[in-house]
Amino acid sequence: MWNDILLILDGTLRISVPFLLAAMGGIFAERSGVIDFGLEGKMLGGAFVAAAVAHWTQSAWLGLLGSIGIGIIFSMMHGFASVTKQGNQVVSCVAINIFAMGLTVVLANAWFGMGGKTPQLPKEARFLSIELPFAEAMRDIPVIGEIYYELISGHNILVYIAFLAVPITAWVVFKSSFGLHLRATGENPLAVDTTGISVNKTRYQALLFNGILGGMSGAYLSTAHLGFFVKDMSAGKGYLALAAMIVGKWRPYSAMFACLLFSALFAIKDKPEISEMLKGLVPLNLIESFLEMSPYILTVVILAGFVGRAVAPKAIGQPFSKEK
Amino acid sequence: MSERQVNDLVVTLVTVTNLLVAFFISGLVVWALGEDPWFALETMLYGAFGYDEGLGYTLYYTTNFIFTGLAFAIGFHCGLFNIGAEGQAYIGGLAVGLICLWLEDWSLLIVFPLAVLASIIFGGIWGAIPGYLKARHGSHEVVTTIMFNFIASVIMVYLLSHILRPPQEMSPESRDFAEKVWVPQMHEIFDWFGLEITQTPLNGTFFFALICLYLVWRFVWHTRWGYELRTVGTNESAAVYAGINVSKNIIIAMIICGGLSGFVGINEIMGSSHRIMLNFQAGIGFTGIAVSLIGRNHPLGVLLAALLFGILYQGGAELSFEVQTIDRHMVVLIQGLVILFAGALENLFRPQIEQFVKLVVLRTT
Repeated sequence: MWNDILLILDGTLRISVPFLLAAMGGIFAERSGVIDFGLEGKMLGGAFVAAAVAHWTQSAWLGLLGSIGIGIIFSMMHGFASVTKQGNQVVSCVAINIFAMGLTVVLANAWFGMGGKTPQLPKEARFLSIELPFAEAMRDIPVIGEIYYELISGHNILVYIAFLAVPITAWVVFKSSFGLHLRATGENPLAVDTTGISVNKTRYQALLFNGILGGMSGAYLSTAHLGFFVKDMSAGKGYLALAAMIVGKWRPYSAMFACLLFSALFAIKDKPEISEMLKGLVPLNLIESFLEMSPYILTVVILAGFVGRAVAPKAIGQPFSKEK
Repeated sequence: MSERQVNDLVVTLVTVTNLLVAFFISGLVVWALGEDPWFALETMLYGAFGYDEGLGYTLYYTTNFIFTGLAFAIGFHCGLFNIGAEGQAYIGGLAVGLICLWLEDWSLLIVFPLAVLASIIFGGIWGAIPGYLKARHGSHEVVTTIMFNFIASVIMVYLLSHILRPPQEMSPESRDFAEKVWVPQMHEIFDWFGLEITQTPLNGTFFFALICLYLVWRFVWHTRWGYELRTVGTNESAAVYAGINVSKNIIIAMIICGGLSGFVGINEIMGSSHRIMLNFQAGIGFTGIAVSLIGRNHPLGVLLAALLFGILYQGGAELSFEVQTIDRHMVVLIQGLVILFAGALENLFRPQIEQFVKLVVLRTT
C-alpha cells in the first residue's frame, strides 16, 4: 500500500511538469492583463519543434531551445494581435491553438511522413532520469530513504526545472520591481502609464516569459515523457494548466497545488491497482471512464466557484490605449 | 452611395482582404514545403467543383459548417465565445442516433422531427450547463465549453465501446439503423424528379440547413428575443438597465448553440453513416468558429463562408490525395490563420481600406 502511494505520487510529479510550466507561463501573461487561452497551442507547438530538432541534432537541449523559440513566436503573435493591434484576445488565442493543431501535423507529415508522428528519439536525444547522489545508498532507509529514492531522485532535468520555476515565478512576480510593474499593469494600466512605464512594453516582456515557459512545457511531453511527437499530443493539457492557474487565483504556489491535484487524478487513472480495488463495486470500464474525465469535471466545478471565488486581474482582456 | 452602403462595402473589402492574407500565408507554407502553391490551388478547386462527386462532397461538408457556424454566431451575438460546438454536436448527434435506433420502425416523417427535437434537448443541455455556469457563477465559457468537449468525448467512447456496440462487432460503433429512417440522399431526391446525379453523402439535410439559416435570421433580427439577445451581447449593463434578464438570455443562447451544433448529427449520422460512430463530429465544431467570423456572424455570410470551408475540406482531401507531402490538416492550419486575420486582426487593414473607399466614392460622386 505504502509503495503504491509512493508510486502514485511519483507519477503525479512526472505528469504535473507540463501543467506547472504552462501554468507559470500563464501567470506571467494574465498578471500583466493579457488573457492566455493559447497555452495549449504553445504546448503543442513546443512538443513538435522539440521532437523535430532533437531528432535532427540528436540533442535534447537544442530541442528544448527550439521549443522555447516556437513558444516565443506564438506569444509574440498573440502580443501583436492583442497588445499592438488591440484585437480580441480570446479570438487570438483560439486562432493560435487551431493554427498550431494544423501546422504541427502538416509539418510532421511533410518532413517525416509518418502520419503526424515524429521518429522515436534515441536515448541520447532525450532527457533521461537523473540519479541524485546517495539515492541508491539511502534506498533501504525506511520512509525518508524511500521518499528520497522514489520521489525526489530519478527524474529528468525538466522535472526539477519545472519545480524550480515555481519559486522563481513567485519571486519575480511578487518580489522584483519588474513584478510590481507587471501586476500593476494587469490591475491598473493607466496608473502605470502615468509613472512613465510603458504598459505595452511590460506586456510584451510578460509574454516573452509566457512563450518560454509555454514552449518548454511542450518539450517535456515529446523529449522527456514519450520520446516522440504525435498529433494532438497536448490533448487539453494547456487548458487544464490554465484552469489550474485560475483555481490557484493567479498565484504560483496555489497554482502548483492545483496542478498537482489534476496530475494526481491522471496518475490514479494510470494505476490498474486502484481500478482493481473498486472492481467489485462498479463495472471496471465505468471507473476508467470516470477517472479519465474527472480532471475536466473538477475544473468545471472549481471554475463554477464552488471552491472559493477566483478574481482575475482587473484589466485582463482589455487592450490599453492612452486615448481613453 | 449612402453611408450604410459605404460601410457595407468597407466591411466586405476588409473581410476579403483578411481572407486573402490568410490564404497567401497558407500558400507560403505550401511553397516552403517544396510544392507549387498554384498547382495546389488548382487541385483544390478541381477537387471541390471539377466533377459531380466532388461538388456533392463539398455541399455535404457545407451542410455541417452551416450548423456549427450558426451555432457560434448565435453565441457571439449574445457576447459569448462558444467553442464547445464539438461536444454539443457529439452529444446532440448521440441523441439523433438513439432516436433512430429506438424508433426505426416508424416513418421518417415522424422520426425526423423527433430527431431534431432530441438533438435540441441533448445538445441544448450540453450547451446550457456552461451557459448556466457563465450566467450565474461567471465561469468563463471558453474554458468550461472546452472541458465539456473532453467530457463528451470520454462519455461517447464509453457508450460506443461498451453499451452501443453490438457484441459480435469489434469497432466501437452502433449497429446500422433500418433504412426506413435514413434521410434520403440527394441522388434519391433528384431521382424522384427523374434527374440523375452521382451518389455522394450529400442528403436532404442540406435543405434543412438552409431552413435553419432563414430561421436564425428571423430569430436574431426580427423577434423580440433576438433583440434582447443582441442587446445583452452589445452592452450588458444597458440590457440590465432596460429590464432584460441577462442570465436567461445567455442560457437560451447556449441552448440554441447546442441544438444547432447537434444537427451535425442529422447530416452525419442520419444522412450518411447511418450508425453512431466515434468522432463523427471531429473538427466540424472548431471550423464553425472560422465560418462565423468570416461570415461576420450573419446567416448569409455564414452560408458563403460554410461553402468556402466546404470547398477547402473537399479540395484539401483531393490535394492530400494528389500531393503526398501535404496533409489534410492543411485545412486546420488555414482555419487558424483565418480566425487570426478575420477575427483577432480584423482591423489590421481597415484604416487603409476605409481611406481607399472614401477616395473612390468621393471621386465617383
